[in-house]
Amino acid sequence: MKEVLRFENVCMNYHTRQGETVAVKDLNFSVSEGEFVAIIGPSGCGKTTVLSLAAGLLKPTHGKVESFGASFGYMLQKDELFPWRTIEKNICLPLEIKRINTPENRARAFALAEKYGLKDFLKSYPSSLSGGMRQRAALIRTLAIDPDLLLLDEPFSALDYQTRLNVCDDVYKIIRSEKKTALLITHDISEAVSVADKIFVLTKRPASLLSAHTLDFPDGEPLKRRENKLFSHWFERLWKELNA
Amino acid sequence: MKNKTVYSQEHLLYLKKTKRRNLFVFLARFAVFGLLLAVWELAASLEWVNPFITSSPSRIGKTLADLYKSGSLFHHVGITLGETLLGFFIAVAAGYLIALLLWWSEIFRRVSEPYFVILNALPKIALGPLIIIWFGTGSKAIVSMTVLVGLIVAILNMLGGFMATDENKLLLLKSMGASKLQILLKLVVPSSLPALISMLKISVGMAWIGSIMGEYIVSKAGIGYLIVYGGQVFKLDLVMASVFVLCVLAAGMYAIVALIEKLVIKNEK
Ligand SMILES: Nc1ncnc2c1ncn2[C@@H]1O[C@H](COP(=O)(O)OP(=O)(O)OP(=O)(O)O)[C@@H](O)[C@H]1O
Ligand SMILES: [Mg+2]
Repeated sequence: MKEVLRFENVCMNYHTRQGETVAVKDLNFSVSEGEFVAIIGPSGCGKTTVLSLAAGLLKPTHGKVESFGASFGYMLQKDELFPWRTIEKNICLPLEIKRINTPENRARAFALAEKYGLKDFLKSYPSSLSGGMRQRAALIRTLAIDPDLLLLDEPFSALDYQTRLNVCDDVYKIIRSEKKTALLITHDISEAVSVADKIFVLTKRPASLLSAHTLDFPDGEPLKRRENKLFSHWFERLWKELNA
Repeated sequence: MKNKTVYSQEHLLYLKKTKRRNLFVFLARFAVFGLLLAVWELAASLEWVNPFITSSPSRIGKTLADLYKSGSLFHHVGITLGETLLGFFIAVAAGYLIALLLWWSEIFRRVSEPYFVILNALPKIALGPLIIIWFGTGSKAIVSMTVLVGLIVAILNMLGGFMATDENKLLLLKSMGASKLQILLKLVVPSSLPALISMLKISVGMAWIGSIMGEYIVSKAGIGYLIVYGGQVFKLDLVMASVFVLCVLAAGMYAIVALIEKLVIKNEK
């Protein structure tokens, strides 16, 4: 399978007045086309840093980050919809930024929004949407430029538990049916187990690869996975690794 | 969501109560004003206080009427209003642009910081003599004073608004590959709209301080001139009448900004 993203011996040091923080050290992994990869690690270990490196927002101190895909979409913990723009205008934001706000691209983005239940909200402002709906709008905005790789930084952690399960299920289905490659960062083991094809476990800071697992669920959907016997098996195994 | 809801009896009662209370507050405000005027008038006419020093509502009214009849009321109001508005717009526009520059360049921002701190703390009236020498004794000097008083405050307020831009939204735009100009136009400017409104409100007050201060120092006409003149020749009626006019003008300008605020900030929570 074609590789979309590869980290080769990546190190990342932060420099501040207080001193130097080694956030990532000798990290190696790769993500192939069509995969749903989850990265889990203890809090503060450098997960967000890894994602910023993948997005090219940070340059590694040593090593190489190669992204073979042409484009990526970044989704943050909160939806970060602009409150002064309608949902429609929010969804078109990346098109405007990339100066590809053509009628065809807009139509494609709106078709996505319609397909995934945002039709009636296109003209509304974000403040009139529920948390789950807003996160869905944020995903459609991310998908508007038809990115090759989705980078998701704990996109559900700001939602309450019920909503989180549903939105996670939602997002999973959308990403699957649009056949996107995704890299999900989370510190929630059950979330990772419920969506990923592969899970990379990071060590405590400085982050490097502790282990890589390929999951073997017969059924893909997150809510169904949670009912599977394998679920608790994987959960325990990863929990032990993280807390060793 | 906009369908008519049928309210319960208690809720209707609650609404009625709030309405009544609001009406009471509204009327009470006028009542207090009327009461103050009445007491003042009474005290002056019964000579509990010396009306020559304290003036009185009727004397103020008469002074205003005389000013109006002689045609000089609107002459003075026009001059002060013109100077204030011009100074206000210059200070606000220049303040906004300079704040933008400071936002754009971190180096510029850091280098200029101590200068702004000192200029902000400096009582601008200390520069009065310089202004007269540089700009003469006409309206130019007064507008300059108005700008001087308002500019630094406008800059610092607006810069605060620009710098408070949400980090995560910045990150989001950067991840889309946005240029600095795009970040400015699509995020920083719209998200700092509330800061702009509050800057305008502050600047209204500053502009009045500036223009009246300017007229105190040097002027041949205007409300500030009337106040100084009235004080010098001991016409306290004229001073009080001018202050009253000033109150009305300042309130009017503030109301306009408040209206703009209502129109602009509709969709944000
Ligand atoms: N811009 C920065 N400058 C300096 N240090 C930083 C910066 N960003 C992150 N760090 C440090 O790098 C380390 C890793 O941070 P990072 O945000 O990548 O961790 P994380 O795993 O995403 O944390 P969390 O679980 O809280 O989301 C932390 O110790 C943090 O203090
Ligand atoms: Mg993080």
